[in-house]
Amino acid sequence: MTTSASSRSDVLPPPSERYTLLGWFRKNLFGSWLDALLTLIALAFAVAILVPTVRWATTSARWEVIPNNVELFMFGSYPRDQVWRLWLCLWLLALVTGMLWGVYVRRRSFMSLFLIALPVLGMLFTFASGVWVHYAAMIVAGLAGWALARWRPRLMSSVALVGTLLFFPLVILIIRGFSEESFLPGVATNLWGGLMLSLLISVVGIVFSFPFGVLLALGRQSNLPAVRTLSILYIEIIRGVPLITLLFMGQVMLNFFLPSGIVVDRVIRAMVAVVMFAAAYLAENVRGGLQAIPKGQYEAADAVGLSGFHKMTFIILPQALRAVIPVLVGQFIGLFKDTTLVALVGLLDLLGIARGVLANPAWIGTQLEVYLFLAFIYWIFSYAMSYASRRLEVALGVGER
Amino acid sequence: MTTTSSEQHAVPFWRDERYLQVLAQILVVAIIAGTLYYLANNLVTALAAQNIPIGFDFLRLTAGFDIGESSIAYSRASTNAQALLVGVLNTLRVSFLGIIFSTILGAIVGVARLSNNWLVNKLAGIYVEILRNIPLLVFLIFLYSAAFVKLPRITEALELPGPIYLTNRGFFVPWAEPGDGWSTYRWVLWVGLLVAIVVAWVLRRQGQRTGRMPLILLWAPLAFVVVALLGWFIVPGQPLVSSIPVLEGRNFTGGNGLTPEFMAVLLGLVVYTSAFIAEVVRAGIQAVSKGQREAATALGLSGFQTLRLVILPQAQRVIIPPLTSQYLNLTKNSSLAVAAGYPDVYAIGRTIQNQSGRSIEIIALMMIVYLAFSLGTSLFMNWYNKRIRLVER
Repeated sequence: MTTSASSRSDVLPPPSERYTLLGWFRKNLFGSWLDALLTLIALAFAVAILVPTVRWATTSARWEVIPNNVELFMFGSYPRDQVWRLWLCLWLLALVTGMLWGVYVRRRSFMSLFLIALPVLGMLFTFASGVWVHYAAMIVAGLAGWALARWRPRLMSSVALVGTLLFFPLVILIIRGFSEESFLPGVATNLWGGLMLSLLISVVGIVFSFPFGVLLALGRQSNLPAVRTLSILYIEIIRGVPLITLLFMGQVMLNFFLPSGIVVDRVIRAMVAVVMFAAAYLAENVRGGLQAIPKGQYEAADAVGLSGFHKMTFIILPQALRAVIPVLVGQFIGLFKDTTLVALVGLLDLLGIARGVLANPAWIGTQLEVYLFLAFIYWIFSYAMSYASRRLEVALGVGER
Repeated sequence: MTTTSSEQHAVPFWRDERYLQVLAQILVVAIIAGTLYYLANNLVTALAAQNIPIGFDFLRLTAGFDIGESSIAYSRASTNAQALLVGVLNTLRVSFLGIIFSTILGAIVGVARLSNNWLVNKLAGIYVEILRNIPLLVFLIFLYSAAFVKLPRITEALELPGPIYLTNRGFFVPWAEPGDGWSTYRWVLWVGLLVAIVVAWVLRRQGQRTGRMPLILLWAPLAFVVVALLGWFIVPGQPLVSSIPVLEGRNFTGGNGLTPEFMAVLLGLVVYTSAFIAEVVRAGIQAVSKGQREAATALGLSGFQTLRLVILPQAQRVIIPPLTSQYLNLTKNSSLAVAAGYPDVYAIGRTIQNQSGRSIEIIALMMIVYLAFSLGTSLFMNWYNKRIRLVER
């Protein structure tokens, strides 16, 4: 942890043993008879799983179910003539990511990795014609963001942060649209679906739960007994019940709680439940950040004569929130995986669409193909995000100050 | 009264922190109470408008639906309350078994991730990285609808040694059923348990006195097995009869049948949670500083002794708190059983809600059940956590 990279590189590594291939095998696979036995068992296990899987995937699997339904999987029944709005969101994402990368990671090798990963991810979105234009635009946007950040690092670091914060509400606005006559005609939430809906629910969950979560975390730390008790009650009750019961409650009861005449649709109801759920977990994560702040910071703020509000907004929260950014990314990944539960209350997210496709007589019996594809998509996204969060953690220097 | 106090402090009451604190709390409570009142008022109005009564009397009504599997007597004619109880017991069953098996599997994978054997190490790493990054629900549905339902039909059952039969209607495994000597033999087992506890206690005392801790986890179960074996030969009659599944017509008789729903949920929960437990175990073992292992080796302890006497007792303290939260997650995740058609408390609650329209009561009951499970698990684990702390110091 404390050894920095520069001081480590000054010291030559100890001379390595001279490895031959056989020597490597003996050391790492057949060290003792027990080791050899383990190796053989593991090898047999891997072969027993891999061989039939590969044989199935290359011969009898009906992979055509994926390309034939890819638009459904990606954005459900979103109006096809409005799909360019989703692409616009992806361009913006590329721009913001490029800027963040330029500001925080800086290394060119990672940038190229990102440029390869982006079209691959984009490829998942649609195989329709004209798609390459969008990939090119995304690459240009990413490069432009990166170049901007390298050109004026100091200015762009704040631009990138503000851009990241504005990005999520902006995406919701672009996808939701406004009135019928406007440039962006409104698209009702019941038309949202597929991977887009899964991503949006998790984005809404994190973004809208953020203020509540921070307030709850502060409330739990507060020395006012009434505030503290209420916060603890909320957090512990929500964390003690499964998300599915909250989603169920949102679906059947939310409209009862609203004044008569106001009816919200299923997607909004699910989003409300997800926000309630995420707020409790976010509060606990932020509390972890608050507790990591040394007591001296609080005392120093008191000593300078800052009021409680100023102490929090200028001294404590900026440090605490910075420390929990990687944890929040982790929570976002978890939430992204948890959004699959909305399929159980009848929403058409990625999983809901998959179930719909499987109910189509043309695709009966393709459960393996479809669910493997789903698992692959979720895996790619979660893994990519956790990789990025690990980089971010290093870049932000969390735990080093 | 207020005038004298403000004169004493020379601070007006609106800047006096004690007043402000009380005032802020009253304000917060008032806002929250007001919001809750507003919501509750809307709720009552809406329910009154739709003529839905509130109350728990519907629990005494006849349920009128079948449940796939139940550990207590249940039929269509039972009450809603009994149906819910079946659900609670089913949730408990799958969570309890899930916690035990996922701990065992997770510990194995966690240790495998630290193995010096390159292949074992990498395989365990792949296992963890794949499972941790896909949603449990997708995994569960995949297991159920792409694997278990696609098993051969009952007449063409897949036979494994044992004999264990795998079919799309469930797994049929050999089982032991109580024979004519069971009523006496039961007492022998209780005595065996008692003996095992006494042995564990005596060994522990001896270990504390001499400083050489014997292998309690080996000797105490051994004592139980010895008593059980002795009883087997002493007790007249046959205590247990083995029962082997046999295909008769279109169904199996004998043995024990496990439904594909139960197996899918259990396997899904175990495999998924074990990946997380593996990470917890690995982190716990890695948290023990390298010097401890080196010191143990320098003292001449063997590999096994190092693990048992030096590494594990210290790793345990790091492992227990995150392990507790994994257990809680598993219990809550068991509510996803509904996706595979396993009748847990959530699935049955939803059925009753569909039939009676009593959403509020059902949701309240479900939440209370899960809160009770969560509270129970964390109380037990906190107790255990405290105990290992006290013993070690």
